[in-house]
Amino acid sequence: MSIQVDHVTKRFGTFTVLNDVSLHVEEGELVALLGPSGCGKTTLLRILAGLERPDQGRIFLQGTEVTDQRISERRVGFVFQHYALFRHMTVADNVAFGLTVLPRTQRPSETRIQEKVRELLGLVQLQAMADRYPSQLSGGQRQRVALARALAVEPKLLLLDEPFGALDAKVRKELRRWLRRLHDELHITGILVTHDQEEALEVADRVVVMHQGNIEQIGTPDEVYENPANPFVYRFLGDVNVFHGRVSEEQIEQERSEGRSGGTSERAGEREVTFVRPHDLELSRSRTNDDQVEATVRTVLTAGSRVRVELMSQISGQAIEVELTKERYRELAVGEGEVVFVHPRHRRVFKMPPP
Amino acid sequence: MRLMLKQPSVLPGFGLTLGFSVFYLSLIVLIPLSGLFVKTSTLSWDQFWDVITTPRAIASYQLTFGASMVGAIINGLFGSIIAWVLVRYRFPGQSLVDALVDLPFALPTAVAGITLAAIYSPNGWIGQYLDPLGIKVAFTPLGVLVALTFIGLPFVVRTVQPVLQDLDREVEEAATTLGANRWQTFRAVIVPELWPALLTGMAMAFARAVGEYGSVIFIAGNMPLKSEITPLLIMTKLDQYDYTGATALGVVMLVTSFVLALAINLLQWWSTARHMNQ
Repeated sequence: MSIQVDHVTKRFGTFTVLNDVSLHVEEGELVALLGPSGCGKTTLLRILAGLERPDQGRIFLQGTEVTDQRISERRVGFVFQHYALFRHMTVADNVAFGLTVLPRTQRPSETRIQEKVRELLGLVQLQAMADRYPSQLSGGQRQRVALARALAVEPKLLLLDEPFGALDAKVRKELRRWLRRLHDELHITGILVTHDQEEALEVADRVVVMHQGNIEQIGTPDEVYENPANPFVYRFLGDVNVFHGRVSEEQIEQERSEGRSGGTSERAGEREVTFVRPHDLELSRSRTNDDQVEATVRTVLTAGSRVRVELMSQISGQAIEVELTKERYRELAVGEGEVVFVHPRHRRVFKMPPP
Repeated sequence: MRLMLKQPSVLPGFGLTLGFSVFYLSLIVLIPLSGLFVKTSTLSWDQFWDVITTPRAIASYQLTFGASMVGAIINGLFGSIIAWVLVRYRFPGQSLVDALVDLPFALPTAVAGITLAAIYSPNGWIGQYLDPLGIKVAFTPLGVLVALTFIGLPFVVRTVQPVLQDLDREVEEAATTLGANRWQTFRAVIVPELWPALLTGMAMAFARAVGEYGSVIFIAGNMPLKSEITPLLIMTKLDQYDYTGATALGVVMLVTSFVLALAINLLQWWSTARHMNQ
């Protein structure tokens, strides 16, 4: 089911949670709403489900306006962060709930419901748990039950509110891959709320980055990661080195001449800030060109697949983080206290308003 | 081999606190209650049976336990509604209503009895409208029911309220997104969550009602075989210096109350244990 969010504003008291947000989601897409806590992503999801009403703006599902429609009429599946299972019901009864509350005329027969529950529990790989109570399951299993329960009513839209937020890292990784496969099988339109950029980038077809009630950027995971629209998105999607002013005089001059930062219309007091990801920094032992910063190695962390080197710029005293492959680190063989030269392979220059 | 009475624990003072608990409970509860049995045991079994099965005694049991049970059920229903309103809605004067709930706790029972008798008597505030309809409240078993309902209300409200407060709103929202209407959500999701607390509250209201004396005697009329409660019958026997007869009736009340309380506890245990075992 396609979704159209049309200039939606929502306030809680004087606090604006969503500020004139518009968004379009195609049928069958899996979209992630990504942002720090308090950015309004959950509120937007709840408005889509009908659990909250927008103060202004309209919501269209499949082209028809549903802003004033009741939740039960929207045919939306909702998965909560803390599962919200009915703890006095067995797993099977939980999954069957959506079917048993249907009006008598639409309700499938008892055997059909049981069949359907078995099917869904098979889908979430929990057939053996049908007669257990939620308290007897692990967090990951509970969330799968919650998902099966939401799918039982055959929703045309699946809304997931930080579904893996309460789980540990390993289970979370497994479950999000599994969710992606499930989505590819069912072709159901899905919206996933998360504050975990890795989760959003890995699972979603498109990512909507939100901040303080506004949408900062919409794009495919590649687009938002490679081409962040603004400093906030850049920072939020991964580790970043921020150079206030300029990495070096020459480098900025060079960018000016390439016209990338459009320096001619620069207003008085506007600063230029350069963003570089740790893995986009190159280290060398000797100065090879002018676009390099001299720095001292402070710490080296070799745990994991990549080596993280923390440097201190000799000019500004600023900390710089560099990520190297193991091979490159062995080639360089730098140790703590040694002097190296840092050179950015990629960088983004943003203009910031005066502080 | 040492008898393992306790699990090793990092919390100190197990022996001391358990010892104190047993001592205190003996002093306050067990010793006075056993006195009841000791005194009663001066009767032979036949005498005992005769005392506790007189028509007057049986009528009083029926009224005491029956009215207490009905009162507890009424309180279960309306107490839940009051708890619901107090937890779920914000309205002016809320703290006043909240305080009113405790009034039956705080009021001396005799005051409650006199007040109820006054307003429900045929020329009282409420009684004058009920009388033409043929409904007599004061000085009838119905009056007993009114008094027992009055004193039991806070127990239900105060036990249901915190549970309702802690109820996870998301569970209700989940039910709603699954298509359940308000009534289905209430019946299938909220009631099972409240049930154990509601049972406790009703059990407490019932227990209180069984032992109630002060508020009932003023409104009951105290006609033998009709509107006489067992505690009053015990008082009557005491007035006639029939101490063993009084304790015999006391034993009946004690045993019955204990059995009922145990039954309610078992019911409660059964309704929670099923899904709470981690």
